[in-house]
Amino acid sequence: MTLSQPMRDRLAPWAAVVLLLVVWEVTIRAFNVPQYIFPGAIATVDALWTHSGPIGKHAWQTFWTTLVGFLIGVVVGLILGIMIGTSKFMYRTCYPLLVAFNSIPKVAVVPILVVWFGIGTVPAIITAFLISFFPIVVNVGTGLATVEPELQDVLRVLGAKKRDVLFKVGLPRSMPHFFGALKISITLAFVGTVVSETVASNQGIGYLMMSAGSQMRMPLVFAGLIAISAMAMVMYGAMAWLENRVTGWAHRQ
Amino acid sequence: MPELAVDQLTAADPASGQPFVEFRNVSLAYDETGNAIEDITLDIRRGEFIAFVGPSGCGKSTFMKLCTGLRPPTAGGVTVNGKEVTGPLSITGMAFQNSNLLPWRTVLDNVMLPLEIVQPHRSRLRKHRKEYEEKALAMLEKVGLKGYENKAPYELSGGMQQRASICRALIHEPELLMLDEPFAALDAFTREELWCMLRDLWQQQRFTVVLVTHDLREAAFLADTIYVMSKRPGRILESRTVDIPRPRSLETTYEKPFADLVLSLRTRIGAVRA
Repeated sequence: MTLSQPMRDRLAPWAAVVLLLVVWEVTIRAFNVPQYIFPGAIATVDALWTHSGPIGKHAWQTFWTTLVGFLIGVVVGLILGIMIGTSKFMYRTCYPLLVAFNSIPKVAVVPILVVWFGIGTVPAIITAFLISFFPIVVNVGTGLATVEPELQDVLRVLGAKKRDVLFKVGLPRSMPHFFGALKISITLAFVGTVVSETVASNQGIGYLMMSAGSQMRMPLVFAGLIAISAMAMVMYGAMAWLENRVTGWAHRQ
Repeated sequence: MPELAVDQLTAADPASGQPFVEFRNVSLAYDETGNAIEDITLDIRRGEFIAFVGPSGCGKSTFMKLCTGLRPPTAGGVTVNGKEVTGPLSITGMAFQNSNLLPWRTVLDNVMLPLEIVQPHRSRLRKHRKEYEEKALAMLEKVGLKGYENKAPYELSGGMQQRASICRALIHEPELLMLDEPFAALDAFTREELWCMLRDLWQQQRFTVVLVTHDLREAAFLADTIYVMSKRPGRILESRTVDIPRPRSLETTYEKPFADLVLSLRTRIGAVRA
């Protein structure tokens, strides 16, 4: 049977997933790896199915925590990005600090957050926020700072204020950068949440994996991984969809 | 707008006897490295078409910044329309080598951009949108872009984009049009087409034009007066009145007086560059 070209293109990624699962299962069986060390694909899928109730509950917790942290990250990132993108002075003043701040491993911050806010959702939201705002700042800042000087002249000569240039040109022009950053940030936000949950929470996928791991229930740990990955993929897809809707002009065919 | 006789417009402003743009010993230094342009003194009559030619980096674009009020001079004074220039002059329209159209807007919305900024149109735009849109459409038709108003800029060829860019520069009926090498990125045939477009627009509306260009044929074909600039720091070496009669056709550019003019300009600039 031969498949048409578009059909083959559509099936190829799914085929890759199936292939990976098969290789995974076969390898585990061939080397006789015990389940409490590294579970096979079937055991993982089985765990995903059997524990779908608790996984769903914890996944939801992780999902909305991430989303809240991410949204705060977007707002703060936009504000900082506009600040450093529109003023050379602010750029020079704040950029080194931002870079220094961003190079701190966010895991190291979680214990501090626990001292301040206790364990639970709050440190997870803050970690997700801290890890996700930086790409947005840099990208929005770059987008704004690279507006063509001629174009600014065209508008300034007509009496345009900084605000006019920002809203008519700067921000729309930065949108492709912004959405590029959103795709990175949403993925990072999941990392932030799960890291925090692993260390300091009794809810969320991070917590679920941690406690399942300590009981040597590795299939459940792997099921947790797959749940995170699925959520992150869905959100990435949502950002990509939004990007296409808003900045379709930047992706001419 | 009432039709005015051409000679009335090209003469000095009858009301005051003043030139429209006046530069008096103007210099500008961006930083400590010295003047970008130095000791520029010139008059531009209302409705005059002038061109600046000179070697690269001679401060032609600096002249535009001074003339439009985007930069104050370090020394000397600039007067436009009888008033000292102290800030951006909204009676100016500008177009550059790069059309700088906004890719997220249609051609029509690009052309209408200045109306969203410059007063009094800015306050009137929402209520009188239809009327302004018709004006923009008429303008697009005049430059041969009828039917392209709802296209995205990237769907247009380079020449068409530049036409739209000039429409944008003219939509608020500026008295002064600043063109910084507007046709430099186009192929030779398109360039000549756009010369004619600009010639016709100018002939009809008689705004004052400052054209900065490297193309001596372009300067000679379009301008009333050509200023030859020196290397940095830019000074005016020579002001040349083009006495080829108007209206000029492209054929003019292949005739002897035109060729002689271009050659002598070329020789002058060759000497400057050396």
